[in-house]
Amino acid sequence: MNKDVLRVGCAAGFSGDRTDAARPVVDALIESGGPSVLIFETLAERTLALAQIARRANPQLGYEPLLDEMLRPVLADCLAHGIRIVSNFGAANPRGAARRIAELAQELNLPAARIAVVSGDDVSGADHRDALNSGLQGALAGREVVSANAYLGAEPIASALTAGAQIVVCGRVSDPSLTVGPAIAHFGWRVDEWDRLARATMAGHLLECGAQVTGGYYADPGLKDVAGLARLGYPIAEIDLDGQCVITKPSGSGGRVDEHIVKEQLLYEVHDPSAYVTPDVVADLSDAQVRQVGGDRVLLHGVRGHPRTDSLKVNVCCASGWLAEAEISYAGARAEGRARLAAGIVRERLAGIGPLRVDLIGVSSVIADDAGHWLEAVPDSGATDVRLRMALRHADRAQAERLAREMVALYTCGPAGGGGVRTSLRPTLGTLSFLMQRRLVAPRYDFFDPQQERA
Amino acid sequence: MTTSIEPLWRAAHGRTGDKGNRSNISVIAWHPALYPLLVAQVTESAVAQRFAHRRPARVQRFLLPSLHAMNFVLDDVLDGGVNDSLNLDSHGKALSFLLLDMPLEVPSELHVHLASIGPPTTSPHTQETPST
Repeated sequence: MNKDVLRVGCAAGFSGDRTDAARPVVDALIESGGPSVLIFETLAERTLALAQIARRANPQLGYEPLLDEMLRPVLADCLAHGIRIVSNFGAANPRGAARRIAELAQELNLPAARIAVVSGDDVSGADHRDALNSGLQGALAGREVVSANAYLGAEPIASALTAGAQIVVCGRVSDPSLTVGPAIAHFGWRVDEWDRLARATMAGHLLECGAQVTGGYYADPGLKDVAGLARLGYPIAEIDLDGQCVITKPSGSGGRVDEHIVKEQLLYEVHDPSAYVTPDVVADLSDAQVRQVGGDRVLLHGVRGHPRTDSLKVNVCCASGWLAEAEISYAGARAEGRARLAAGIVRERLAGIGPLRVDLIGVSSVIADDAGHWLEAVPDSGATDVRLRMALRHADRAQAERLAREMVALYTCGPAGGGGVRTSLRPTLGTLSFLMQRRLVAPRYDFFDPQQERA
Repeated sequence: MTTSIEPLWRAAHGRTGDKGNRSNISVIAWHPALYPLLVAQVTESAVAQRFAHRRPARVQRFLLPSLHAMNFVLDDVLDGGVNDSLNLDSHGKALSFLLLDMPLEVPSELHVHLASIGPPTTSPHTQETPST
């Protein structure tokens, strides 16, 4: 056991990830014996707005809906073995999540845990409205703001851990900060040690999508085979004093950690690799290298850091109208021709309603563009089992509903042999982003106090 | 020197990510010896042409020689992105495989480094080699 290594295990890469992922990771952390942290990353761009809507309907909710399923199997062992838990599963209601975790500990007859709540990310209130309006240059005019959150960095997480938190519940923080915070707290780094922060940031980046660095989202049978995808091991980063990391996974679990897989994940959602900007640092991958240093063990080194910027990214979600989708199938001789004819009929009936997308599933389901350039250029391929899908967005619900009615009417008015109509209508959210001056945002943490909650 | 035309996936692999209406696609050489070939042929304009039907506003290529990899950033190819697109794959997650079908001219002496399709080497129930 090396005391100079901090192990960070990641048991979720998004809201909706496998909820049985944590157990093998926690077992591996216990077996390793050194200082360790368990993170869950559950907040994608839209997740927080959906959580905000849930909270409006019920003020107790608005945190990760699968919180219980994720934590229940491992909470007792994490507390017993000193494995700290850090997560953004607080979503739109970190205090609500903390309350639920405290209840869960009680249900499991565990001693009360020290739970810290990170706040300050919510910038939807009156205090920040001027900054929102100027940052978005009028794009908010006439739109209802559902949520507005700044991406916080690692500092409040590190401070909470240093103050003795066993569990840190966050809302919107940058995903890698879930790893950087514990590293700062463990190694006692200053927050201007840019190289170290950048290396820990890339460790966090490799962890933040869960199994995507251990063989998930990689397999292509015959070319890129991965064993055991049904029981993938989730990743563990072993971070050293200088922030360098080895990515590995629980022994005996499915999946694989190799150089090619780590490279794919290293560049995932990266734009300019010399400037990966987070609230904590600007990480530079220009000279980054990966090296296999053992079975299912890959070392990342060569990452450099540059000073953090003076702004924070803010995501604003607004109600944006309705998404209507409708489908019908055709099979047998000339099926594709009949599906194309059906699309033409609906287009004519809905002329002027706005952009209307056509997919011929069985010929093309995702390659084509919304405007239809691709489909127009491709002649009838003679496909004999085709499902026509059409989709449209509209600010007005009544207009959006027309798509479903036109698709259903194809039963009697459309081409021969159409069947299996399904339609759906969903409210939609739009996301706007801008950079807000860092000084306008006040990240902080406090300890959850059940007495105070009852008062 | 004899060459043959091979699909890019024999020389490289990659993954797509998205932020807003912007997509990034990594192209990672299967072997360091294949990297110069990728740099020479998988250019910004070749990639822009590959995605012409999505009308990219800009295609940028970033080189990562120490990883034998390239990162492409395609602006405005997601029909507005995850919140606005009508595409079933509103994230554009399938786009890397569209790029990996692009034809590549490969000199015969580099063929030894190309990946090839074999029978799947594992079943879902195969036990992973234990970690060391």
